[in-house]
Amino acid sequence: MSDTGNGFWEAWRLILSLDPDLYEIVFLSLQVTVSAVIIASVIGLPMGAWLAVNRFRFRRYVIAVLNALMGLPPVVVGLFVYMMLSRAGPLGGFGLLFSPSAMIIAQVIIITPLIASISHQTIRDLWAEYHDLLISMNATRAQRMKALLWDGKRALLTATLAGFGRAIGEVGAIMIVGGNIEHITRVLTTAIALETGKGNFAFAMGLGLILITLAVIVNLLIHIIGKTERASTW
Amino acid sequence: MVILPLTLTAATAHMRGKKLAGPVSLTLAQKGFTMVIGPNGAGKTTLLRLMHGLQRCSGGAVTWAVPASEAREKQAFVFQSPIMMRRKVVECLAYPLRLRGVPKPEARASATACAHRFGLGALLESWAPLLSGGEKQKLSLARALIIEPEILFLDEPCANLDGRATREIETILQDVQARGTRLVMSTHDMGQARRLAQDVIFMHKGIVHEQSDAARFFSAPSTPEAKAFISGDIVE
Repeated sequence: MSDTGNGFWEAWRLILSLDPDLYEIVFLSLQVTVSAVIIASVIGLPMGAWLAVNRFRFRRYVIAVLNALMGLPPVVVGLFVYMMLSRAGPLGGFGLLFSPSAMIIAQVIIITPLIASISHQTIRDLWAEYHDLLISMNATRAQRMKALLWDGKRALLTATLAGFGRAIGEVGAIMIVGGNIEHITRVLTTAIALETGKGNFAFAMGLGLILITLAVIVNLLIHIIGKTERASTW
Repeated sequence: MVILPLTLTAATAHMRGKKLAGPVSLTLAQKGFTMVIGPNGAGKTTLLRLMHGLQRCSGGAVTWAVPASEAREKQAFVFQSPIMMRRKVVECLAYPLRLRGVPKPEARASATACAHRFGLGALLESWAPLLSGGEKQKLSLARALIIEPEILFLDEPCANLDGRATREIETILQDVQARGTRLVMSTHDMGQARRLAQDVIFMHKGIVHEQSDAARFFSAPSTPEAKAFISGDIVE
């Protein structure tokens, strides 16, 4: 129990000491996760809209698979990306293994299904509301998707934030493809795993509190910028 | 480019094996104010949706004087419960123009002018889903008319409105009709039908029982169902 309490003070000591190593880790965590969220949103949001407005033969199966992929085990994704990027793998020539890029690739694979699936559910509801109007106005498929993504943008922030939450706390995949190399691929989660393994519980706990605080701050900032949860704008 | 007359030949609509309306055969001439009347469940909404193309024909055909893709550009529809996009009023009004490729500044200018014409000038920056029922329906009407359609379909546009909002809508409709827009509207308010109709389509159980001049329909209906409906009886 005292380790938890010590962790609290350790967190403050770390933050106030302006330890450059700590800020490096925090910065890399944010850099990797934000990049992954942006890439996954660019892929996942239109995919969700596309699935909502198009009717095709295997639609139900595609959506079922997508929902199943939300629970993709990160360790397996890590292993898969590792094999793709390792020297012997098909993408080995790029030399990306044990780099932040490899971590971003792994996270994109993990969170794209999540973002696509949540945005599909959101947009499906909005499409049910808009359907007759947009058909009546003779909007093309691309115009329908654009209108739904735009008008549902605040609800879609939730999908993006869910992706952020999953990515920032993810450890299995980025440990494998990043390697937790100090000053290169060490992020908050992998550092916590390392420090815990070494028995530095207070230090690990301090990093853990910083990680949680970081996630909360990012969520709050997005909500404030996005003006969500306000009655006048929905 | 005139898209009318509109011809329905044995047009039928089904939903999951159940017949909603039809077979309906009729012609809509180029001018006029047609009122579709009939008891609840008679298929008035389905008929309008068939004409507009929102409801697929399961049998028969709906044909315009021009190819269907051309005709779609020149018609608009006002729904019974207004569908409000989650945007500001001015953006809602500009949207149909934006769909047609009008640049944003011009679309907004037209939208602003249109809002003033329909008494929505003070609400330009309001959030559309938060308007009152009457304001929403006026916005729907303005949004439908901003593309200057040749024909406008209205599905019980005043069903949920109070007297004042209804009067405003009716005034706009008469004005629009006087300027040459073809109007097809459903209602089960007989008073409204008498006030506005130039000709009448009477529907019952998915079938058109009568299509005639309004004056003749109200004074001398030719079918017993229409006679009963006008005199206020329950039509089964």
